[in-house]
Amino acid sequence: MRCRRCRRPAIVDVRRHNAAFCADCFVRHCRDQVARAIHHFEMIGAGERVLVAVSGGKDSLGLWDILLDLGYAADGLYLGLGIGAYSDESHRHAAGFAAARGASLVTVDLPADYGYDIERGAAAARRAPCSACGLSKRHLFNQAAVDGGFDVVATGHNLDDEAAVLFGNVLRWNTDYLGRQLPVLPPSEGFVRKVKPLIRLGEREMAAYCVVRGIDYIVEECPMAEGNRHLGYKDALNRIEEQSPGSKQAFYFGFIERTAELFRPGAVAEQAGLHPCLECGSPTTGDVCAFCALVARARQQ
Amino acid sequence: MLLRNPARQVDVDGPLRANALIAHLGLNRESVLVIRGDTLVTGDAVLGDTDVVEIRPVISGGAR
Repeated sequence: MRCRRCRRPAIVDVRRHNAAFCADCFVRHCRDQVARAIHHFEMIGAGERVLVAVSGGKDSLGLWDILLDLGYAADGLYLGLGIGAYSDESHRHAAGFAAARGASLVTVDLPADYGYDIERGAAAARRAPCSACGLSKRHLFNQAAVDGGFDVVATGHNLDDEAAVLFGNVLRWNTDYLGRQLPVLPPSEGFVRKVKPLIRLGEREMAAYCVVRGIDYIVEECPMAEGNRHLGYKDALNRIEEQSPGSKQAFYFGFIERTAELFRPGAVAEQAGLHPCLECGSPTTGDVCAFCALVARARQQ
Repeated sequence: MLLRNPARQVDVDGPLRANALIAHLGLNRESVLVIRGDTLVTGDAVLGDTDVVEIRPVISGGAR
């Protein structure tokens, strides 16, 4: 195969675009896709400070790399989840990247700073581990951004992530979730803006980007995620994609462009019912937010 | 050949195209990269008997 741009020998094919790229043109392709998403959805304004949610995996490190190369003022935040050797290893990758790029990485450690790890938190809250993890991340990334004076939290959710979440939400017609599944969640009282600049790139592209750029990311999957529903949705979508390249992009962007607005009123109404958590001040629908409730239960165990 | 998650090594006779190798292993080509030495290769690349190849999964699925 030859590179679509320069006709040199290609090193990666992207069937969704019916294209292949050499290393240099592939890096440019990935940067262009991120820049296009940021511009089209008005994700990051000039001079704004960005906090990148960093896990040590391909998506977050690749995103951080691209944002820095595009000239954004982007710091990283790593959340230690207390998942044994996996957490140690993922932190090593995040810290190694930050050191290599001369970038600033803030670390929050759940066991040391909040007294629980994901396994204990999940048991205490009677949630699946990925649910307790997501809840902790959403709260602490936002809190760190508010405390640090950041304008935006950027996460490494890619096209495959968003298509899989959409697939799950449509299967169950979770209309509240559909109303919030947008590339940009605007800021509101107590919340900074949240953006997903990788929505135009699949996770195969992000893994390839890291290989080409020499980014040393953690390849092993989180042991807590094994067999979860989200992976099943990705597998189902990839079977469709293999037969019909472009299906995931058509599914997700069709939703964003033609359907997402229909579900917005429910999400806006829910937003209007928020008030400060009695414990931490974060917006919540109850007296105490779900994160503070989880912390309290975990500490009682 | 190095496979991941779980990490393991298997021997496969070449020459073989990368896409044929992926099919031989029962994998979906949307879910892996093929790396020869330390360089990515496209699906039509021919892999030889002596090539050291990593099949790297690209799917991650926890909360982020």
